[in-house]
Amino acid sequence: MTTALGKVVRTTAFKLSAIYIAVFSVFSVFFIIYIAYSTNVLLNQQVRETIGTELLGLSDQYRVGGMSELIDVIDQRAHQPGASLYLMTDADGHILAGNVSHVTGGDLFTSTELDPVTVTYRRSDADTTERTALVQVVRLPGDFLLLVGRDVGEREQFRHIITSALAWALVLMIALAAISYVFVSRNVLKRIDSIAAGARRIMLGDLAGRLDVQGSGDEFDRLAESLNAMLDRIEHLIYGIKDVSDNIAHDLKTPLTRLRNRVEAALAGPADAARYRTALEATIEESDQLIKTFNALLMIARIEAGSPTDGGMSDVDLGAIVRDVADLYEPVADETGAEFTVEAPEGLTLRASRELLGQAVANLIDNALKHGRPDSGPAKIAVSVARAGEELQLRVADNGHGIPEADRERALQRFVRLEKSRSQPGSGLGLSLAAAVARLHHGTIELSDANPGLAVTLHLPIQSADAGKTP
Amino acid sequence: MRILLIEDDKETAAYLSKALREAGHVPDHAGDGEEGAVMAADGGYDVLVVDRMLPKRDGLSLIEDLRKRGDHTPALILSALGQVDDRVAGLHAGGDDYLAKPYAFSELLARVEALARRRRPDAAETVFRVGDLELDRLRHTVSRGGQNIPLQPREFRLLEYLMKNAGQVVTRTMLLENVWDYHFDPQTNVIDVHISRLRAKIDKGFREPRLHTVRGAGYMIR
Repeated sequence: MTTALGKVVRTTAFKLSAIYIAVFSVFSVFFIIYIAYSTNVLLNQQVRETIGTELLGLSDQYRVGGMSELIDVIDQRAHQPGASLYLMTDADGHILAGNVSHVTGGDLFTSTELDPVTVTYRRSDADTTERTALVQVVRLPGDFLLLVGRDVGEREQFRHIITSALAWALVLMIALAAISYVFVSRNVLKRIDSIAAGARRIMLGDLAGRLDVQGSGDEFDRLAESLNAMLDRIEHLIYGIKDVSDNIAHDLKTPLTRLRNRVEAALAGPADAARYRTALEATIEESDQLIKTFNALLMIARIEAGSPTDGGMSDVDLGAIVRDVADLYEPVADETGAEFTVEAPEGLTLRASRELLGQAVANLIDNALKHGRPDSGPAKIAVSVARAGEELQLRVADNGHGIPEADRERALQRFVRLEKSRSQPGSGLGLSLAAAVARLHHGTIELSDANPGLAVTLHLPIQSADAGKTP
Repeated sequence: MRILLIEDDKETAAYLSKALREAGHVPDHAGDGEEGAVMAADGGYDVLVVDRMLPKRDGLSLIEDLRKRGDHTPALILSALGQVDDRVAGLHAGGDDYLAKPYAFSELLARVEALARRRRPDAAETVFRVGDLELDRLRHTVSRGGQNIPLQPREFRLLEYLMKNAGQVVTRTMLLENVWDYHFDPQTNVIDVHISRLRAKIDKGFREPRLHTVRGAGYMIR
């Protein structure tokens, strides 16, 4: 029982309800007490005013009609039903008229106050209960004392009403809290529980599973949608990693196996220095290629992790970088008989890493030279840099077979070498490294049709450094 | 050449020491940053080879301290961190060259020798001569046997760097770094094509070649 209670107490629904009741109770109690107090003050004031007016009237009566007239009027008024109290005594304290038989209020008659005071009294009829009243006493000429007052039983009644109202308010409050608890736990927390259950289901291996979206567009739908988007991204990344590990298995294991086989074969054969030498040279070459692949992988990983930072960033002339790298590759293109054109005007600057952009351009040109060859006729490779609005566009186009639209996204992934190019040398990291470099500069990479051939365009926003500060 | 090798990995240090000795140099070895700092402060070395991550004391701070004291012994930084900003940090700390692990020994040797040469006053010469091959840095002319050889600006710089390091191996990455000022990996051996073009201009038609390929290492003008 206690554990079940503890469970309820720990729920957010209970806590929310408890907070509601606490806040509303404090507020209501304060409000009711304030009303009670104000009303009391108002009532008192009214009573005082009534008493004052009546005293004034009676004094006038006395002045006009003398004592006997006053006594008559008092007698008459005293017998009317109501809360008004009258008492008139002579100097010895004998009652001359009125409806009050006994007043306890200390030295009320000896020191006549100007302000009304609260006293207890008994009425002069059969009723003997003690009541409370607000009275004022005036001394008339001849030491007659005139007391006028008003029963304040009404006020007591009012206080009683307020107290019970308070009690009822509290009861109502608790009832409301209970209702809100039921509502919150039923409707709101049930949604959260369902999200939690969905998350657990996915954790248990149902990676394709998604959280329920009710379509009401409320916070919980938005939460579920965000979480679903996150799950999509995670799933994408997981499959990416899986792809990569499959490809690593292929692209790194193959040369490693080759390496090992070659050394083993060299050891197994006759101990001939020249043969050993050849084998060792081939081994070094192969391991250099492996190191290059690893370096490219590490570079992509580091770029994607967000570094290198400002250390490598400076204002660079993209045209100059392209001209430099094109100059580096121009003789290679020349040797393969490719037509190589470069269109790189001066003055197109942006804040970027010169080294990384250089590497990206080199990769793109390298790819174009390796894969962008048509079946007949010379290869045509066009490199250009241009400004388009707020971005610089670096385009490398060839006239080879291009990449079918369906394969383009895959071509940007790490280690992916489309079947046709698998036999060609290369790590399969060139394009994904260029893509990572573009992303580092807050840009994008786009593969498109060069009709014929493939065009790779890096879109690099000019304000990339500033954009990085306000993501 | 006296070379101080500050490297904590014993096997690497032993291998490098042996190879440097075989190449005709005199290597000393320090196993940690503090020992290295003490030995470097004693002076008398032509080149320092400093691993970036060392026990007791970081390689970069060691070089920084030396530079603050006015010691400008050329330093080659070795590091497993091969990215652009690591390189920038290494050169900023006062290193003269930066080599990322894993590296080929031939690359390390070529760079160490290039660093040592940098200190010699004759590096500031205006005319380089190797046999009958002559390069005038001020007039931007190249001639062989008195016959003028017209070169493209890039070819001129390529030859200039090779001749500045005449008689020494110059690796492909050294050429890429010094002639093109890039430190990335160009995937294809683009440098080879540039070299063969240059060779066609300066060696073709002459009985004795000047531009030699050093297998597994790089190139040499001799």
